[in-house]
Amino acid sequence: MDITFEHVSYIYQENSPFAHKALDDLSFHIPSGSFVAVIGHTGSGKSTLIQHLNGLVRPTHGKVSIGDFQLAKGMKPKNIKELRSKVGIVFQYPEHQLFEETVAKDIAFGPANFGVSEREIQRRIKEIIPMVGLSEELLTRSPFDLSGGQMRRVAIAGVLAVKPEILVLDEPTAGLDPRGQKDIMDMFYTLHQKQHLTTVMVTHSMEDAAKYADHILIMNKGKKYMEGAPKDILIQEEALNAVHLDVPEIIAFMHHFEKKFGVELPFENQTPKQLAKQIQQLIGGRLRNE
Amino acid sequence: MQEKLIEFRNVSFRYADEQPWVLKNCSFTINQNESVAIIGHNGSGKSTIAKLMNGLLFAQEGEILINGKAVNEQTIWDIRKAVGMVFQNPDNQFVGTTVQDDVAFGMENRGIPREVMIKRIDRTLQAVGMQDYRLTEPHRLSGGQKQRVAIAGVLAVSPQVIILDEATAMLDPKGRQEIMKTVSELQEKQNISLITITHDLREVVQAQRVIVMNQGGKWMEATPREIFAKKADLRQIGLDVPFVAILADELKQLDIPVSGKELNHEELLEELWTLHSSM
Repeated sequence: MDITFEHVSYIYQENSPFAHKALDDLSFHIPSGSFVAVIGHTGSGKSTLIQHLNGLVRPTHGKVSIGDFQLAKGMKPKNIKELRSKVGIVFQYPEHQLFEETVAKDIAFGPANFGVSEREIQRRIKEIIPMVGLSEELLTRSPFDLSGGQMRRVAIAGVLAVKPEILVLDEPTAGLDPRGQKDIMDMFYTLHQKQHLTTVMVTHSMEDAAKYADHILIMNKGKKYMEGAPKDILIQEEALNAVHLDVPEIIAFMHHFEKKFGVELPFENQTPKQLAKQIQQLIGGRLRNE
Repeated sequence: MQEKLIEFRNVSFRYADEQPWVLKNCSFTINQNESVAIIGHNGSGKSTIAKLMNGLLFAQEGEILINGKAVNEQTIWDIRKAVGMVFQNPDNQFVGTTVQDDVAFGMENRGIPREVMIKRIDRTLQAVGMQDYRLTEPHRLSGGQKQRVAIAGVLAVSPQVIILDEATAMLDPKGRQEIMKTVSELQEKQNISLITITHDLREVVQAQRVIVMNQGGKWMEATPREIFAKKADLRQIGLDVPFVAILADELKQLDIPVSGKELNHEELLEELWTLHSSM
């Protein structure tokens, strides 16, 4: 499903002394099937943005379109439940939302609320458990006896069991160790491709944005600050530093290299291996001819 | 000869009788005025170490000495004066309604006179760069600022060691930089030991010594430089290898003779420059 924001503003506590503009005339378009990274420091409007995607909040001004669904001020959304079944949100620390006696019951809670039949739910659980990297013997266990990483996977399974077409991830790797971070991100990326999802990921990690996203949206003070393909956005060191963001480390290194050696080394999503080759050609080629 | 501050002697710990050991026969020493990083994956036992150090947990086997005194029910109140802790979640440890009230909290608990408190609030907020926020309410602060106030609150009771238990894990990159800068300044200016518990290898560069934990045991103890050179081993125990080390490895594979011990961009670029100009 396409996501379109047209001149969206959102004001908390409008017409009061505490009025605060969290989104300010925000417009963008995300085509169906994209993997978008939304980046910005604390208070930039990222969380308010994602709350618009399933109608948890509605714009104070402007219009949001999610596929055929529309959200605007004063509109009574009649099919909001249907929208919420299409847009799954994995909030920060989703394991804090687990509550059921068993893993199976917890995963079933979402789809049951949307009226999915018990038989279909069981079928979905069987399908989803391996996708999130859990084993079936955990289904009868209490979710609270699991490790932090497993609990997070159970919470994610609960969102996937509703079969969303858009998956929204709010800092999905927060608090995990490096291997856990990579495992979870690789899992989301596989899901994104296999299930033909549209994925919107809020992140602080420029590394993850470079690695997984095909489109980047940078927020600052409720406004869109930059938007585009990773290889065009992530190289703009000065502009990113101005909003307290860093370029990914590989790009920072390439910039340092360019300065020191007085050569051009453009970023083309290189892996470290490819970069080493380029460096070899720039300096090492001559070494071997010695 | 360095004075020992904290000593773990064959310490084992588990949360309940039939559960696996979280720490198993773990021994190490932390000296006065030393800066040590403890790294490990989730569940490696590193946070348990922090809780054992100030008596939030007690070991089932072995002995923990702080200033030569064993940690037990009788000594914990003295020990907690010596050992200050900053935890992961900035919102769970802010108790005051303003920044200065929060810094005062620990001192009030210890009955420190008002005149002394006022001086220490000034001095510690200065030390963490928060002197302009004395009357600010916590919800107006960023996560990084809250953590710096937490560090000031700990400093104010003059501990001998501060333990940062994943104190940057919930912060954005800017917050993390603020804390790292604060910590390195403290190291230079204050007479204090620092223990940084983290799974982020970028945070160990500043430490004098690194203890790597794996599956409840001390897996390695070395300088940051020596640790960085063990890329394959670190990966194997679930830790991330810094970019500089990865690139140095790739360069080596192409027969470019870099040392593989670089800690940062500048060092690697310098080596490349030397190779480049020595043609």
